[in-house]
Amino acid sequence: MTVVGWLQILVILAAVVAFAMPLGAFMSKVFQGERNVLTPVLGPVERSFHRLAGIDPGKEQSWLGYALAMLAFNAAGFLILYLLLRAQGLLPFNPQGFAGLSPDLAFNTAVSFVTNTNWQAYGGETTMSHLSQMAGLTVQNFLSAATGIALAVALVRAFARSGAQTVGNFFTDVIRATLYVLLPLAVVTGLAQVAMGTPQTLEASATVETLEGGEQTLALGPVASQIAIKQIGTNGGGFFNVNAAHPYENPSPLSNALTIWQMLVVSIALVFAFGRLIGDKRQAVAILSVMALLLVAGIGVAYWAEAAGTPILASAGLDPAGGNMEGKEVRFGLAASAMFAAVTTGLSDGAVNSMHGSFTPLGGMVPMVLIMLGEILPGGVGAGLYGMLLIAIITVFVAGLMVGRTPEYLGKKIEAKEMKMAILAILILPTAILGFSAVSAVLPAALSGLGNAGPHGLSEIYYAYSSATGNNGSAFGGLAANSPWWNTTLGLAMLLGRFAYIVPMMAIAGSLVAKPKLAPSAGTFPTHGPLFAGLLAGIILILGGLQFFPALALGPIAEQVQMLGGKTF
Amino acid sequence: MLSQLRATATLLALFTLLLGLAYPLAMTAIAGVAFPDQASGSLVTRGGVAVGSSLIGQSFTGADYLQPRLSAAGDGYDGSASSGTNLAPTSARLAERLRTDGRAMKAATGAALLPADAITTSGSGLDPHVSPAFAELQVPRIAQARGLTPQEVRRVITQNTAGRTLGLLGEPRVLVLGVNLGLDALAPNAAAN
Repeated sequence: MTVVGWLQILVILAAVVAFAMPLGAFMSKVFQGERNVLTPVLGPVERSFHRLAGIDPGKEQSWLGYALAMLAFNAAGFLILYLLLRAQGLLPFNPQGFAGLSPDLAFNTAVSFVTNTNWQAYGGETTMSHLSQMAGLTVQNFLSAATGIALAVALVRAFARSGAQTVGNFFTDVIRATLYVLLPLAVVTGLAQVAMGTPQTLEASATVETLEGGEQTLALGPVASQIAIKQIGTNGGGFFNVNAAHPYENPSPLSNALTIWQMLVVSIALVFAFGRLIGDKRQAVAILSVMALLLVAGIGVAYWAEAAGTPILASAGLDPAGGNMEGKEVRFGLAASAMFAAVTTGLSDGAVNSMHGSFTPLGGMVPMVLIMLGEILPGGVGAGLYGMLLIAIITVFVAGLMVGRTPEYLGKKIEAKEMKMAILAILILPTAILGFSAVSAVLPAALSGLGNAGPHGLSEIYYAYSSATGNNGSAFGGLAANSPWWNTTLGLAMLLGRFAYIVPMMAIAGSLVAKPKLAPSAGTFPTHGPLFAGLLAGIILILGGLQFFPALALGPIAEQVQMLGGKTF
Repeated sequence: MLSQLRATATLLALFTLLLGLAYPLAMTAIAGVAFPDQASGSLVTRGGVAVGSSLIGQSFTGADYLQPRLSAAGDGYDGSASSGTNLAPTSARLAERLRTDGRAMKAATGAALLPADAITTSGSGLDPHVSPAFAELQVPRIAQARGLTPQEVRRVITQNTAGRTLGLLGEPRVLVLGVNLGLDALAPNAAAN
């Protein structure tokens, strides 16, 4: 680890917070339907979308209406994307002449992009036509992110309102999230990415004559427009197979900093918007400090583990001071690779600028653990905030048990119904990850996809189901996941991780919005101070640890111990 | 219920037109005017012929060229099939490869310790750079093959070395294609030597 490496990490994080504050203020205006700086340009577009779709923005929905509208919108989006992928061979903008996808791969991919996971069982440049990349994947990159933002805003309204029945209008929230937040950010930062070297063309490829007289075909396409929203919307699905490690997707250290900034900025801004919408910015600061503390700790462990290298690298004659550069790019080095790995999984982004499967066992455990902790550090756009608020509910409940009082959070009494729903949501993660992993660990059809033997093979399984259930999308890439078993079960894990989590969360929103907002009394446990922040961080770690530590002991921890003993598989 | 279905169908159609066609096509048009070189892949030409991209690594095996890192993209530096090895840190295959390559490179260069990128594969398989230390390791070989002095080779390498951006971001790096174009310009008949 170097001072410059740490400085790089802290400067990028500071740049995120500096922009997220005003963006959060802007977003709180957008979602209250107030006039904002973009209204003169986008107001007419927003109104025409409402008019054409027959939506009255003033007509709000109950939690159930909101959730059903969300489900219908996502189901229809899935169906269109599935059909598009199946039929891509017959459609235009297909200069490479790619055939339609197989049913299981089309299912997996459509689910993957609708759930904001962007797990990719295929290599982009060898599978997807330009039309599929643009009209299929790019559209869902926007809409799955907008769905997440809308849901988070609905839950925040439930805390902000007192004795109300409705939590907002889903369609209006999606339109506003897309038009005012995601699209402008994607256009501006996407063009910046082109300026830094990312291609944006309808050509399929360029062929060049190499200096040694060979021929090299360079895959091209409308790359920048897709990868801008892939990061802004914490989707993470790359245009190319190796995602943000590809020099066209991420040409330079500067573009790498921009890419990390892109994936963090909306999620952090949402926390600031949350503070404004509930009228208490200190609450946002408390949550943000927990996110920052644990995320920086994750970055630190990954950076340390990768800089430490492995005895196997050292015995081959490599300078131990250089760390582990297998699967990493020279232009990023150790610090920027470790930071990217932690951020992409602290979020639910899933883009990668280095190959997590080739990290040292402890370094690779960091992204896996960050997913298992629920991707709330700070989590994907929207999903991170509502996930964190569920943990906060559990935290005040635990605190209430310790002192024997009815817990309250943000002026709302937390009672049996909210707790049941919160636990129901939280349990999805261990159920899907450990359940599917257990079956896959003994099934020949699953095991034949593993790329590595020994404990790392088990880690590949854990990582795949963690990534799918957590809607992350990154992978230990040794796993050959494009087979009916993996495509189908990972698709199911993605659906469970997204929607089986959202419905109980929305039920909590429905229950809370109807409750009166209580003024804090002498007996209220304050949720803006360091005591609550510490408790919240503790609950996150204890929950994750209890659920996953035994599994991790058999995977990455066993591998680390074996590796230090010089054992290979 | 019916109004919800109408809203869903209409919005998906509108968003597909706006985000799936208008947005990427408008970005393509703007990028093509404002940044035509980058938008079409940052191609490098020599004598009117495209010989590579300044962003994408290519294969060099000759002793007279600066050699890049090992690549797992296709058969090596396949610009249409990016890939890492995805081998585990405890993979026997990786350990065996590292031992063999490490022994060979130490014998060829006489170095006691090899730079971290010298025998490891990159993440993309298309890494266009090597570390300054790995480039320095290759200077005597290139100089001998080209009939140049080590200082002349180093000068070309320095011209194609970038530091950390703003002194902070990323790592110092040497652009392999840039160095090799520079070497060819300096000693054009290297192949004949």
